[in-house]
Amino acid sequence: MSIKVINSGLMTTIQDNGRMGYQASGMQVSGDMDRYSASIANALVGNDGDAALLECTYLGPELEASEDVLVAVTGGEPKVLVDNQPAHAYESLILHKGQHLKVASMEEGTRAYIAIDGGIDVPLVLGSHSTNLKLGIGGADGSKLYNGEVLNTGEPSELAKSILSGQYHVRHTDHEFMQHHHLWHENHPGDSHEIRIVLGPQDDYFTPEAVKALDGAVYTISNESDRMGYRLEGEVIHRATQKDMITDGIVFGSIQVPPNGQPIIMMADHQTTGGYPKIATVISADLPLLAQCSPGSKITFKVISVEEAQDIYISFRKALQEQIALMDEEAAEEWPDRRPGVRNYNLKIDGQLFRVSVEQIK
Amino acid sequence: MDDVRILTVGDCAVSVEFGQEISLEINHKVMALKMVLEREPVAGIVEMVPTYCSLLIQYDPMELRYGQLKDKLNALVGQLDKVEMPPKQVVEIPVAYGGEYGPDLGEVAAAHNMSEEEVISLHSEPEYPIYMLGFVAGFPYLGGMNKAIATPRKKSPRLKIEAGSVGIAGEQTGIYSVESPGGWQIIGRTPLKLYDVNRQEPVLLKAGQYIKFKPITQEEFRAMENEH
Repeated sequence: MSIKVINSGLMTTIQDNGRMGYQASGMQVSGDMDRYSASIANALVGNDGDAALLECTYLGPELEASEDVLVAVTGGEPKVLVDNQPAHAYESLILHKGQHLKVASMEEGTRAYIAIDGGIDVPLVLGSHSTNLKLGIGGADGSKLYNGEVLNTGEPSELAKSILSGQYHVRHTDHEFMQHHHLWHENHPGDSHEIRIVLGPQDDYFTPEAVKALDGAVYTISNESDRMGYRLEGEVIHRATQKDMITDGIVFGSIQVPPNGQPIIMMADHQTTGGYPKIATVISADLPLLAQCSPGSKITFKVISVEEAQDIYISFRKALQEQIALMDEEAAEEWPDRRPGVRNYNLKIDGQLFRVSVEQIK
Repeated sequence: MDDVRILTVGDCAVSVEFGQEISLEINHKVMALKMVLEREPVAGIVEMVPTYCSLLIQYDPMELRYGQLKDKLNALVGQLDKVEMPPKQVVEIPVAYGGEYGPDLGEVAAAHNMSEEEVISLHSEPEYPIYMLGFVAGFPYLGGMNKAIATPRKKSPRLKIEAGSVGIAGEQTGIYSVESPGGWQIIGRTPLKLYDVNRQEPVLLKAGQYIKFKPITQEEFRAMENEH
């Protein structure tokens, strides 16, 4: 099975959970910027959480199905079109042979994720499918998507086959649930997103006033922001010492402060080590939201303790598991009617979902 | 071990810092802790990144909480002196100095009123410890260069430096593992690939090893390059 790239979009790459295990050799992890949305997209089409999918930025791609295929689009609020007709994000979509799926724009957020049943079948490079543009490895030949490219997909799951054959209803996510966890959230212009941080490892390189002021400080994400890092603009963070720091390790979410005092948050494609002191680290549960923030958006830092951050992380991970379990539960409910000869359908009329079972009577 | 600090790096990592200077003694402690945690793995530790003075430990809070990890590490760091370290490993790196492979050799020699041969001799003499890898895949941070050949970076960086190029930047020497722009004074090049994604072990060198440069001729360079 395959998908043809009619238009690659602005910046579309193949990603998965990242290339772990080689950081001691200086190899970046890469991987999806918004792990939450990527995981939900994969679950919607019955893939494992680490299946390779597409991450697109602002303008997504236009894809053509070579066979009937199950797809799902998540991340922010993407404008999804199937053969130029509006379609739903956060739902599994059946794309029939020859149909076109297009992620036309982002109503909110920055990055959309397109999962295809069976996952995108590209070779594993050092244990990962993730594209690393700097080294030119992973994904499809280490580059971003290009027009005319054909992407092969893996063996579809039983679940995907059941949905495609009409035996199962399509999967969808619970919007209230998503909003509750502040991951897929309506954004109002001028509003600032709260990003929670834990101080350290080098907060002692800065004046006590600067560290104190970080709690509640508002920064604007600058145009010089990409998968490697987000440069921020706002209050200058003053150093208490001019002593040079000795290069050490960096994580996704590290907040480096170069000599100009304007912080840089290290994102998925960050280098493994760096020589600027890091005043704080973004908590893991807020990285998906940060990944959806675009240049020009404002963020407000809130300092919390590492213990609190871990409590939040654990409930975040559990929420993700619950969301996926909920989809499985629904599939196991009385509906759909699995008696032989019965077909089940989802019908959406005026935005309301109806489940319909049809039995043929001779 | 009064100098050891366990620093918080968000909710999924800590950094164990053994001091704040570039020294072999401190770097050995970093390596020793990494080795202990590799020999007797702690459930929940995901990956470790050693640097000059610190070991970054990434972990999964679903399995291991901050307090638990900190307690374990505090117990371990006191016993690092007893850790038996593997014997010194020296990796020989053949280098064609000067000519097309080392365009800045003449400039470095002139800066110190030396002959090119003297620079080569001083550069290829020591066994350089690899303190860490970072910056890009396979790039080794080396110590121990003779200060007599320390040379400032080039005023205007080159847009492209070939992989394998051996350079000097201030008191540091190093090898470019992948092609990249850079301002180092390039004095030679090795035909060895420090990074090759198609190899079983993609990265040739490891932190904790030593390297020794062995001067080779331009002809030997081409012959070795063709072998690879």
